[in-house]
Amino acid sequence: MNADDLLKPTDAGLYCEAGGFYVDPWRPVPRAVVTHAHADHACWGCGRYLGSEEGERVLRVRMGAEAVIDALPYGEPIDVNGVRVSLHPAGHILGSAQVRLEHRGRVWVVSGDYKVEPDATCSPFEPVRCDVFVTESTFGLPIYRWPSQASVFDEINAWWRANRDAGRASLLLAYALGKSQRLLSGLDPSIGPIYTHGAVEKLTRAYREGGVDLPPTSYAGAATRGKSWAGAMIVAPPSAQGTPWARKFAPLSTGIASGWMTIRGTRRRKAADRGFVLSDHVDWPGLLGAVEATGARRVLVTHGYTAVVVRYLRERGVEAEVLATRYVGEGDAQEGAEAEAMEADEAEAAESGEAIG
Amino acid sequence: MRDFARLYAALDETTRTGEKVEALTRYFEQAPPADAAWAVYFLIGRKPRQVVPSRKIREWAAAEAGVPDWLFQESYDAVGDVAETVALLLPPSEHSTDRPLAEWVEERLLPLRGADEEAQRAAMLDAWRAMDRPQQFVWNKLISGSFRVGVSQQLVTRALAKVGGVDAAVVAHRLMGDWEPGPRFLERLLAADATDADHSRPYPFCLAYGVEGDVAALGPVDDWVAEWKWDGIRSQLIRRGGDTFLWSRGEELVTDRYPEIATVGAMLPEGTAIDGEILPYRDGVPLPFAQLQRRIGRKAVGKAILAEVPVVLIAYDLMEAGGRDLRAEPFEARRARLAEVVARVGRPDRLVLSPTVVADSWEAMAAARDEARSRQAEGLMLKRKDSPYHVGRKRGDWWKWKVDPFTVDAVLTAAQRGSGKRASLYTDYTFSVWDDDRRLVPFAKAYSGLTDAEIARVDAFIRRNMVEKFGPVRTVKPELVFELAFEGIQRSPRHKSGIAVRFPRILRWRDDKPAEEADTLDSIRGMLPD
Repeated sequence: MNADDLLKPTDAGLYCEAGGFYVDPWRPVPRAVVTHAHADHACWGCGRYLGSEEGERVLRVRMGAEAVIDALPYGEPIDVNGVRVSLHPAGHILGSAQVRLEHRGRVWVVSGDYKVEPDATCSPFEPVRCDVFVTESTFGLPIYRWPSQASVFDEINAWWRANRDAGRASLLLAYALGKSQRLLSGLDPSIGPIYTHGAVEKLTRAYREGGVDLPPTSYAGAATRGKSWAGAMIVAPPSAQGTPWARKFAPLSTGIASGWMTIRGTRRRKAADRGFVLSDHVDWPGLLGAVEATGARRVLVTHGYTAVVVRYLRERGVEAEVLATRYVGEGDAQEGAEAEAMEADEAEAAESGEAIG
Repeated sequence: MRDFARLYAALDETTRTGEKVEALTRYFEQAPPADAAWAVYFLIGRKPRQVVPSRKIREWAAAEAGVPDWLFQESYDAVGDVAETVALLLPPSEHSTDRPLAEWVEERLLPLRGADEEAQRAAMLDAWRAMDRPQQFVWNKLISGSFRVGVSQQLVTRALAKVGGVDAAVVAHRLMGDWEPGPRFLERLLAADATDADHSRPYPFCLAYGVEGDVAALGPVDDWVAEWKWDGIRSQLIRRGGDTFLWSRGEELVTDRYPEIATVGAMLPEGTAIDGEILPYRDGVPLPFAQLQRRIGRKAVGKAILAEVPVVLIAYDLMEAGGRDLRAEPFEARRARLAEVVARVGRPDRLVLSPTVVADSWEAMAAARDEARSRQAEGLMLKRKDSPYHVGRKRGDWWKWKVDPFTVDAVLTAAQRGSGKRASLYTDYTFSVWDDDRRLVPFAKAYSGLTDAEIARVDAFIRRNMVEKFGPVRTVKPELVFELAFEGIQRSPRHKSGIAVRFPRILRWRDDKPAEEADTLDSIRGMLPD
């Protein structure tokens, strides 16, 4: 990193000294600009948040009713202590944004988590020209090339249909925020009824209120005792796997939707019946394409296969370096990040229990 | 190829036995016999000798994918399997092949052996470009000779029996030994007629589970025959049609590797099959297993090694006599006939009737078992006197009753990522103990014994506490202590610790114990046999 960088890593997160704010801090700070509402990017307890208008409801669910949130429409710049700040769609989840910072002729873009394939539950990723581009590298290996989501939804619906015909329930495990709603948007409700776990239901409501069209769902906890679940689809966070809560749907088939399902060993290790390759993160070709589209002369690589992406970009003549965040570690520390994210879901599910308001 | 790749995916997709058998049955019912024969061949773990070196497959695939070597290696580290890494990296293919599996194997795969490198490369690229990703994956698996798909031979057997309407035991028997995959083989495999022409074919081995809980629950001690459980190579010696065949349990024909036993085979009456154990043996006493290791895998056996490590066959059972299958008869009767055969051969330096251990109570039997180690045995085998010779592993009639293993508390000092199911997790551990100067010296490697949850915790610890990299190996801050178990212990000048152990595995995580309190090399030396 250089002395005059617009953003600098600190103990609390990426700090913009000129503007006096942090981007996606991991400790409570007075002023935070957040890319999206996932726990590892939106830290609870900050004095003031700036986030996208599209994501306001979802951020509110996560940050609490008391949080002070300034909502900014995509593409509309505001001035924060002389730094021009604007938010642009990142295509990751509802309201996810890339943060564009402009100060004294320099333009930085922090993309947070992003994905380039459009989906029905959020605004599609828009490349933003910049000098310095901060990119994630969760799936920064060339083995990660996503199949089209249409083909994955076909697979999921075919699995659901086959389960229904065999008199089984289908339990589909995915992150409560983002992935679950994207899956819901791809399910074919003519196959059977769709239920959700408490953690999923709450956020699904926020999505609907935000204008996202999703098929009708019922909260699984509200069902009467002794109900037969044959033919039903239940969407739940990964932490639900193997719990007594999940067993009540038996006989059931369990599926996991995640980019990690690309690898056979991971699929088998998770001991689910089926693994579907669906990710809200950018894949390898998507990452390279996004970097190129920004025209950035310098690329800072965060969480994931940082070392791999940095080396690859450098070999192709792009100035690239690892941006020290709390994810820095070996190339595949993102498995840890995944585990953390799952734990966050778990903690949330435990807090909210089955009871949601 | 399409159906076979689909079968692979179907088997891979489910953890339910019933669904696997169903998928297999569906495949065998519709596949052309030539394809089905090859499918059986690969599914039960047979493989043609590797035709193209993995190294070359990697190289060509990386070039085709436009991926530099280091990036292929990074990808491989995440995936843990060359065939899969290649399939994931190859450029997306627009094609998918309809050609039958047998054609791919016989006309494309097998001729690659011995072809020059350029021809091999061209053929591999052609094949990849003709296939979709699941087909590429299966093809790579077939080529690299590492085809494993999580179906046991038993499941394949069950599906075949169902399709052919033949008894599963008959199918299992027909799958033994040497056979060439082809339409005729499949016909014979599923034939209703039970007379079989192949006279080399061994019987499926009868296997045992370990005794669980109190041994007295097995009933009166008088109902059982106890023998020493030897640590050698389980084998089958067959004499038929004037030929001798010695099969290892891995269904490898090893007749030429153990000429001393082959000569005994020639002395057996026509139509004999003996189940036994190859043991290194001198002057009526078994030698340590490490000695036998010097002969395993050695195809040419010279005079020197024959003299240094002579072997015998310890005869356990008689499955066939006078060309008749005896497996349904009671063990006691089979053993009586076996004793007769062994006595007639009269070569106690080559063929030995497995000695029995007689005791009038389970307490006395347990006392006898405690002597196992001093006899180079692992414990006792308990066989019900009236038991038939089962096909495969069955609960109830035969039990292994091993002596308690040695145990040691050792410190985790290095780790490496696993492969296959454990790819990308650190699961292969090196454990150390304190030497006389209070330095940690590597003492054993172990892979199994932890639960998935524990593996995840240990993996997280390793990632946070790496010290150095040596290739794929990471040294780790010496902090975690595990109780290891192992079966045998020997002096070994080849190991840094001076000690080699048999079957080391993790018994439990001693998170109550600091590294300083782990065992010392000195205390382990105390376990060495005199």
